[in-house]
Amino acid sequence: MSLRIKGGRVIDPANSLDQVVDIVIENGKIASVGAVPKGFRADQTIDAKDKIVCPGFVDLRARLREPGLEYKGTIESETRAAAASGITTLCCPPDTTPVCDNPSVVELIYQRAAASRKARVLCMGALTVGLEGRLTSEMKALADVGCVGVSNGYKPVRDTLVMRRAMEYASGHNLTVFIHAEDTWLRGGGVAHEGPVSTRLGLAPIPEFAETIAVARELALIEHTGARAHFCGLSTARAVNMITQAQEEGMPVTADVNMHNLFLTEMDLLDFNAQCHVRPPLRSQRDREGLRAGLLSGAISAITTDHQPHDSDAKFGPISETEPGISGLETFLLLGLRLVKDKVLTLSQLISLISSGPAQILGLPVGNLSVDSTADLCIFDPEISNTVDAKRFLSRGQNTPFDGWELDGRVTHTILDGQLVFTAE
Amino acid sequence: MGYKNSIQLTKDKKLRHFLTIEGLPRAILVEILDNAESFLTVGEQQVKKVPLLRGKVIVNLFFENSTRTRTTFELAAKRLSADVLNLNIATSATSKGESLLDTLQNLEAMHADMFVVRHALSGASFFIANHVAPHISVINAGDGCYAHPTQAMLDMLTIRKHFGAFADLNVAIVGDILHSRVARSEIHALTTLGVNEVRVIAPKTLLPSAIESMGVHVYNDMNKGLEGVDVIIMLRLQKERMDGAFVPSEEEYFNCYGLTEEKLRLANSHAIVMHPGPINRGVEIESSVADGKQSVILEQVSNGIAARMAIMSMCMSGIAAGEV
Repeated sequence: MSLRIKGGRVIDPANSLDQVVDIVIENGKIASVGAVPKGFRADQTIDAKDKIVCPGFVDLRARLREPGLEYKGTIESETRAAAASGITTLCCPPDTTPVCDNPSVVELIYQRAAASRKARVLCMGALTVGLEGRLTSEMKALADVGCVGVSNGYKPVRDTLVMRRAMEYASGHNLTVFIHAEDTWLRGGGVAHEGPVSTRLGLAPIPEFAETIAVARELALIEHTGARAHFCGLSTARAVNMITQAQEEGMPVTADVNMHNLFLTEMDLLDFNAQCHVRPPLRSQRDREGLRAGLLSGAISAITTDHQPHDSDAKFGPISETEPGISGLETFLLLGLRLVKDKVLTLSQLISLISSGPAQILGLPVGNLSVDSTADLCIFDPEISNTVDAKRFLSRGQNTPFDGWELDGRVTHTILDGQLVFTAE
Repeated sequence: MGYKNSIQLTKDKKLRHFLTIEGLPRAILVEILDNAESFLTVGEQQVKKVPLLRGKVIVNLFFENSTRTRTTFELAAKRLSADVLNLNIATSATSKGESLLDTLQNLEAMHADMFVVRHALSGASFFIANHVAPHISVINAGDGCYAHPTQAMLDMLTIRKHFGAFADLNVAIVGDILHSRVARSEIHALTTLGVNEVRVIAPKTLLPSAIESMGVHVYNDMNKGLEGVDVIIMLRLQKERMDGAFVPSEEEYFNCYGLTEEKLRLANSHAIVMHPGPINRGVEIESSVADGKQSVILEQVSNGIAARMAIMSMCMSGIAAGEV
C-alpha cells in the first residue's frame, strides 16, 4: 500500500519543517518528504491543497473506560473518536476496573485496541498495587508487556515513604513516573477552586496549595531518587513556576496541561454547571494565564485531552454529586486552533505541543514526519467553522462544557501506520 | 450575575422561582417585605386564612430533615389556602433507588404547582429548578452551604420592623460563616438593601477564603467586631465541627465567640439579637441573652410565616402572569 499526500502545507516541528511539499508513504513508513521518488506510482493520492499535514497527535491521557466501565466508553468507541480527531497515539491511565497493575490487563487492552485498529493505544501501568498506595507494582513485568510509564492515576500516594520507594524502584527500571500532584488531605471532598466562586456558591474548596505542596514533595523525592518524572495536568501558575525552576536546576522533569484548563476558569462554575466539574478544578484567571505562559516558556511541553467520557447520569445532579471530567477528544484540535487564532501559540507551536512534545515525554519515535519513521499523520482544514454539537460525538461521552462553541477546524484524514483510519465525509 | 435572574425572574421581571438573593433587584426585596408586613396581621385574625393560593398544590420536598422550616412553610401555605403535601425524601423514595428526576416527574404528574426544596448539597435548588416543568415554581428552603433566601428575608423583615430603614445600620454575623447558607443569603440581602456595614465575626477556620469579596468586613476578635453594631445575627455551631480541627472545644468557642451579656454591652444599647435557630444554649449564645429583652429570636419565627407567605404568593402570581 502506498500513499501520496499532495500539495498540503506540511508542518513537522520536530524537523523544523513548514512548507508546501508532497509526502509519500510506503509500507507503513514515511518514504519521502519533498521530492517524490522517480517512477513512483501511488495506490492512492490525497489532495491536501489548502490543508495542513502534520504528525498524528499524541495524547498522554485518555480514559477509554474499558475494561470495567463500558457503559461510559469502549476501546472501540473511544479510539474511533480519537481517529476522527487526528489522534494516532494515546495513553490510557491505569485506573481501569480491574486496575492496570498486572500484565493480563495490559494484554487485554492491547488485544482489543489491535482489533479496533483505530489508534495506537499505550498503557500506563499502576505505580502501586490496586492504586492503593501501599505496595509497589511489578513494574518490570508491566514494562515488559509494553507499559510506557507508571502512574497512580487520580489516587496520589499519601504515604511519602511508599512514594519514595516507588520512585526509586521505577527509576531502577528506567520508567517515567507520571504524577497527579495533589495533596489529598487538602483536597478533602472539595469540588471547586478555593476562591471567590467557591465562597459564593458554598462549594467545598480545593486550595491552590493542594497542588503546590504536592509538587514540592514530589520534587524533593525526584531530586533524591533520580527518578524521571512527569507532572500531569498542572492547574496552577505557581506549580508552573516550580517546574520551571526545577528544570533550570537540571532536574529530569516535564509537565503537561489539560486543554480545558487553558480556556475555562472558576467563573465558569458560577451557574453550577456540572460539565465544568473537573479534576484538578478550574482555577483563577491568573492561573489560566500562567498555564498559557508555561506553554511558551517550554516548562509545559504537552497539551492533553484528559479525555473522560461519562454516561449522562454521571453529570446529572447537584454539582458535588456529579463525577469530574470532560469528554475531550473531539474538541481537542479545535480548541488548539483557537489558541492559534487568539495568538497564544503559533500553529507550529501547537502541533509540537500535541505531537512531538508528548512523544518526547514518552520517549517514543512518533510525533514526527522523518523519513523512515512510522507513518502516523493528520490532515486537517484549519478554516472550516463548526458549532460543537456533543450529540454528534463519536465518543460515548457527550459530557463537554464546550457544547455550542463556535470553533474552526476539521480533520479530513487520519493515517495510522500508513493506513487511512479516518476520512471525513 | 445575570444567569441567576434569568431563571428566577419571568421576562417581565416578576419572581417565578426563589433560589438565591444574589442578583435580585432591591425593588423585589422591598416588595417581599411590604407584602410580608401586610400578611403579618393575618395571623392575628380570627380566621387566619387568605384565599390567594386556593386550589394550588404545594409540595414540601425535604431531602434533609428540618422540622422548624418545614412547619413554617406548611403554615404559610395553609394560610394562603393551598393544599400542602409534605415529603421527607431523606427517608423515602431516593433511598430505594428512585432517581431525583423520577421523583420530580411523579410529583409533576400529581399536578403540583410549587416545590419547596431543602437539600444537603449546594446548588440543588438550581438543579431542580432547571429540570421541572415550566408551570412549577421552586422555592429554596436551604441547599447545602449555598443559600437560604427565605430565612434571610424573614430576618430583613425583623430588622425593618425594629429600625424602619436599613441605611444606617451596622450588622454583625457571628459564627460558622464557612458552612452557613444563612450567612451567605443574609450578606446578599443586607448589601442589596444597603445597610451601612456588614461584619462577619469568626475564627479564620470558619470563614470562606474570599469572604471579603462578598462586601463584608472581617473580624476575628468578637469584642472589636461588636463595637457599634445595631444587629447581631448569631449562627448555630454544628456539633460535627468539633471533629475537623475547626475549633478546639465548645468551651473555647464559647469563650471567644459565644454571645454573653457582657459582650452584648459592647454593641449599641438598642441592638437586637437574632438567631436562625435552633439555638445551642451555652455554645454560641448564653441563655440569658437568648431569652433577654434584646432578643428577637421568637419574633423571627412569626415573621417567618409572613415572609414565606409573601414569597410563595409572589412566585405563584409571577408564574401565572408572566411569560417564562
